[in-house]
Amino acid sequence: MQALVRAFRRSIDPAALIVFACTGVLLAVGSVYSANFLSAGYLLQQLQVAAFLGLIASGAMLVILLGHIDLSIPWVVTVGGMMSTALAGWAPDWAWAAIPFGMLCGAAFGLVNGLGVAVLRLPSMIFTLGTNAVAQGLMVLHTGGFAPQDHATPAMHGLAVGRSLLGIPNALLVWIAVGAAMAFLLTRTTLGRYVYAIGNRERAAYLSGVATGRVIVAAFAISGALAALAGILLAGYSTKAYQAMGDAYLLPAIAAVVLGGTNILGGRGRYAGTVAGVVLITVLQSILSVMQMPEAWRQVIYGAVIIVMLLVYGRGARSAG
Amino acid sequence: MTDWRHHARANRGILLSLAVFMAMFTLYVANHSAGLTPGVLLTAANKGVLLALVAMAQTLPAITAGLDLSVGMVFVLANCLAASLVQGTPLQVTLGIVAVLAAGLGCGLINGAIIVYGRLQPIITTLATGAVYYGIALALRPTPGGSISEGFADAMTGQVAGPVPTMLVVLLGVVAVVWLPYRRSVVGRAAYAIGSNETAAYLSGLDIRRAKLTAYALSGLLASLAGLLLTCLTWSGEASAPIGGTYTLNSIAAVVIGGVSLFGGVGSAIGAVFGAFVLRTIEDLLFVFDLPPLWQPLFQGAVLLVAVSLGALRLLKLRNRLDVYG
Repeated sequence: MQALVRAFRRSIDPAALIVFACTGVLLAVGSVYSANFLSAGYLLQQLQVAAFLGLIASGAMLVILLGHIDLSIPWVVTVGGMMSTALAGWAPDWAWAAIPFGMLCGAAFGLVNGLGVAVLRLPSMIFTLGTNAVAQGLMVLHTGGFAPQDHATPAMHGLAVGRSLLGIPNALLVWIAVGAAMAFLLTRTTLGRYVYAIGNRERAAYLSGVATGRVIVAAFAISGALAALAGILLAGYSTKAYQAMGDAYLLPAIAAVVLGGTNILGGRGRYAGTVAGVVLITVLQSILSVMQMPEAWRQVIYGAVIIVMLLVYGRGARSAG
Repeated sequence: MTDWRHHARANRGILLSLAVFMAMFTLYVANHSAGLTPGVLLTAANKGVLLALVAMAQTLPAITAGLDLSVGMVFVLANCLAASLVQGTPLQVTLGIVAVLAAGLGCGLINGAIIVYGRLQPIITTLATGAVYYGIALALRPTPGGSISEGFADAMTGQVAGPVPTMLVVLLGVVAVVWLPYRRSVVGRAAYAIGSNETAAYLSGLDIRRAKLTAYALSGLLASLAGLLLTCLTWSGEASAPIGGTYTLNSIAAVVIGGVSLFGGVGSAIGAVFGAFVLRTIEDLLFVFDLPPLWQPLFQGAVLLVAVSLGALRLLKLRNRLDVYG
């Protein structure tokens, strides 16, 4: 019995609990303003919007757990959206392959990121900044020079806005599938263990016989593929791919991961926390926009909430003593 | 080792970025239709000094192994403030300038206080405060506009003593008045010590809190000075997230090109200045070589990626494979 209680206590993520509680408070405050905030329809719609951020945050979390960071997210999201729609334009017969092709392109950028970090040993913050600039350059050349198709295929549109199972949005189902896979990867596979090990001390992981380079490359590739998948869904959601479509997602993704209790220096964090962080940020953005808060004050509140929440529970160890 | 070799080794970052900048700038001037005229120099200086100041702002936290992702937003906020405050009588202009710089210093102090007393990671802290500063800038100036004292703007963007751009003089002044004294001061040395090994710095009795607070506060001050000078160039204020983001990212790139280690403890703001000049000259080179506009972003990205990849050359010097893992 005691063991069971202990196991139960261990399985609860305090960070996720706090963040989910905050989301509940936010919704309660919002419901004073409008009863709609507690309706199932509104909540499902929020989860559908959260799915895009959730996919990006899943990849970002994997990289942050390693102690690295992926700043190439904005334009890799755009690469995913643009390359998948472009393939459908170039080869209509291959339209079914649009989604895997877009993810493949994202994974390719992730692969380059991983090689730069793992083989060239460059700081991820600066190397992914470089690949982001290259991705931007390629996409500007691509749209300007080749006038590609930018309309989403029916499959992409259906995946992003459709509802098939019990009225649950397809985008949410995609996030649930990816999230389940990510939670499995992090807790039940050797790759997941290695990710945490490298995040804690790469040197020790290397000396224990882990092929740390391969793990890093794999994590960045997964992050790239997931960012591209989010871009594909976003293109489906707004029916077309456009430049800078991923710009609004870098900060929220990192904020969601960190709010969810993942240490920005790597090695610590659970997927449930990231889910909670994504939901909190989406609901916060939604409530602020429903209250018709001007963009300026939305930014101020957004930044202040992140700082305050982190001050409440995300503080680092007292520095050096 | 002889004395000059020791110095050359200690200042390798500065020398390397200076050499790259000189080579690129010579190439630029040689291919410019007008050649090296005071006008060409003035335009290059006016564009380069803004990024150079933001890069200096980024250097100070980077030396303490931190990072300030809000420099671009402080820059934008100062731009918006200056477009409202720096006008009228000379006294009002002076007070306006002081207010803009004080606001920048305040932003930096807030960053530093949250990082030091709140014990949060610099990256995530400044990411969040950057959103706050941008929000304030947007509230101040929802649409681009405003104006600045003509006399002050002309003086800042003009030339002194004949062909010397005023901006370069300002930059030299900042290096002489802010950077060199800081580098030699106790807080400056403590910043380097923190970047090398924070625990060792603490055990050596250095005041870590004061050093970090100073680094972030000065960073905000320098970023706001750059924002003030931007207003002199554009004559208006604009709360633009893309401008802020670009300056933040370019400042990181400039710092790395200038030989400042993002792991802390190594580098100099002077190197970062030349790093910023290198980045700016790349853009100018694309212009004189008539590269099709569509190719420019790709070329810029590729140059940035190659430039930062040069950092991998250090791997060739490692004797022990384990040193790779730090």
